[in-house]
Amino acid sequence: MTTDFYRRDRAQHPAPYAPGYKSTVLRAPFRPLHALEQTALDKTGPALGHAPLGPLDHDLIRNAATTGDALGERIYVFGRVLDENGRPVPNALIEVWQANAAGRYAHVRDGYLAPLDPNFSGCGRCVSDADGRYLFRTIKPGPYPWPNNGSDWRPAHIHLSIFGEAFAQRLITQLYFEGDPLIPLCPIVNTIADKSAVDRLVARLDLRNQEPFDCLAYRFDIVLRGRRQTHFENRPEGL
Amino acid sequence: MRDRLLETPSQTAGPYVHIGTAPQSIGRPPLINQPGPVIESNTGEAIVIEGTVLDGAGAPVRDAMLEIWQADGLGRIGEFGLFGRTVADFSSGLFRFQSVRPGAHAQGHAPHVALLIFARGINIHLHTRIYFPQDLEAMEQDSDMKRLEPEARETLIAREAGRNEAGLPVYRFDIRLQGAGETVFFDI
Ligand SMILES: [Fe+3]
Repeated sequence: MTTDFYRRDRAQHPAPYAPGYKSTVLRAPFRPLHALEQTALDKTGPALGHAPLGPLDHDLIRNAATTGDALGERIYVFGRVLDENGRPVPNALIEVWQANAAGRYAHVRDGYLAPLDPNFSGCGRCVSDADGRYLFRTIKPGPYPWPNNGSDWRPAHIHLSIFGEAFAQRLITQLYFEGDPLIPLCPIVNTIADKSAVDRLVARLDLRNQEPFDCLAYRFDIVLRGRRQTHFENRPEGL
Repeated sequence: MRDRLLETPSQTAGPYVHIGTAPQSIGRPPLINQPGPVIESNTGEAIVIEGTVLDGAGAPVRDAMLEIWQADGLGRIGEFGLFGRTVADFSSGLFRFQSVRPGAHAQGHAPHVALLIFARGINIHLHTRIYFPQDLEAMEQDSDMKRLEPEARETLIAREAGRNEAGLPVYRFDIRLQGAGETVFFDI
């Protein structure tokens, strides 16, 4: 039998009820979560990261292109998927979605006046390799306004959905970009009480991994829940 | 001193989750090997699970994305486990999966489907379970169900709701996020 995952440390996550973000007011449960032992079902998950992807799924600059590359600041987003024990998570499926460079989503329900880009859908996927490394290429999304407290503005962000090896590791989050002055003003960011936790959602500019004369690079590591260790096991190196 | 890394914090899936997880639902071509609402398996009775996610005011959550993970009809998990994903209908809020009724995957656990709910305003996904009315006896022996108050337990049991046009039995499972009849959500 596989060992259990560490309990989720809810202090590292946003509060479900966070009235500064108005949509939580009617959608956050009133009752506390009911703690359960993990069953074998929770400790396994779909092997989505083992199925082949489309050849351009990781390249949002080209994967919806019709007349040319998507417009905007060309970037790589890359990093490693690790578990809480510092071990790489291979074959993690990462699905991403984002607004275009002007801050507009290619979505029937986004009515923001900024223009659509006919060469950009904002949808991508990639899978982590044996060392947990992943990479996709995209354009830096623009900030956009949304109705919350009047016109609030989202910092530039990319939505990420991650499948590790078990359903218990399932996670959806958003990455932000280093230096964006909108980050501390964002009601959604501020649903996370712990500023150091917010900091772990900020991708860092990494010039060493740029594509010269082509593309900047931002590094973003992802940590999924890890399995409990036995006392006999050695500590992983490099923490 | 903590010797572990900290899990990446969750953030809401937001209202545009369809772009990255269910592009067909907004009229874009599906990606290859992308999971959807119909799970093919010949290991058990094919069923439909449908329902609505309701907010604290009783309004349907029309931007929800839902995922299920379950044993197959023979109770097998791991590589035989069944996964599905669907999104709420943009106008009615109804969600629908086609699957098979799961077998029991472990001693002491009644057959159930693990269900995750993502949406705008849900800062970290909610985890619940769907049990089936045929398994009431197994539920009596289920250590998790036994620890719940009867009215809480009731929120986890799907209701038989006739058959669809194709003759498949339909199970209704509404999810109440908040307030009266609030669904039990788990920390697992
Ligand atoms: Fe967004």
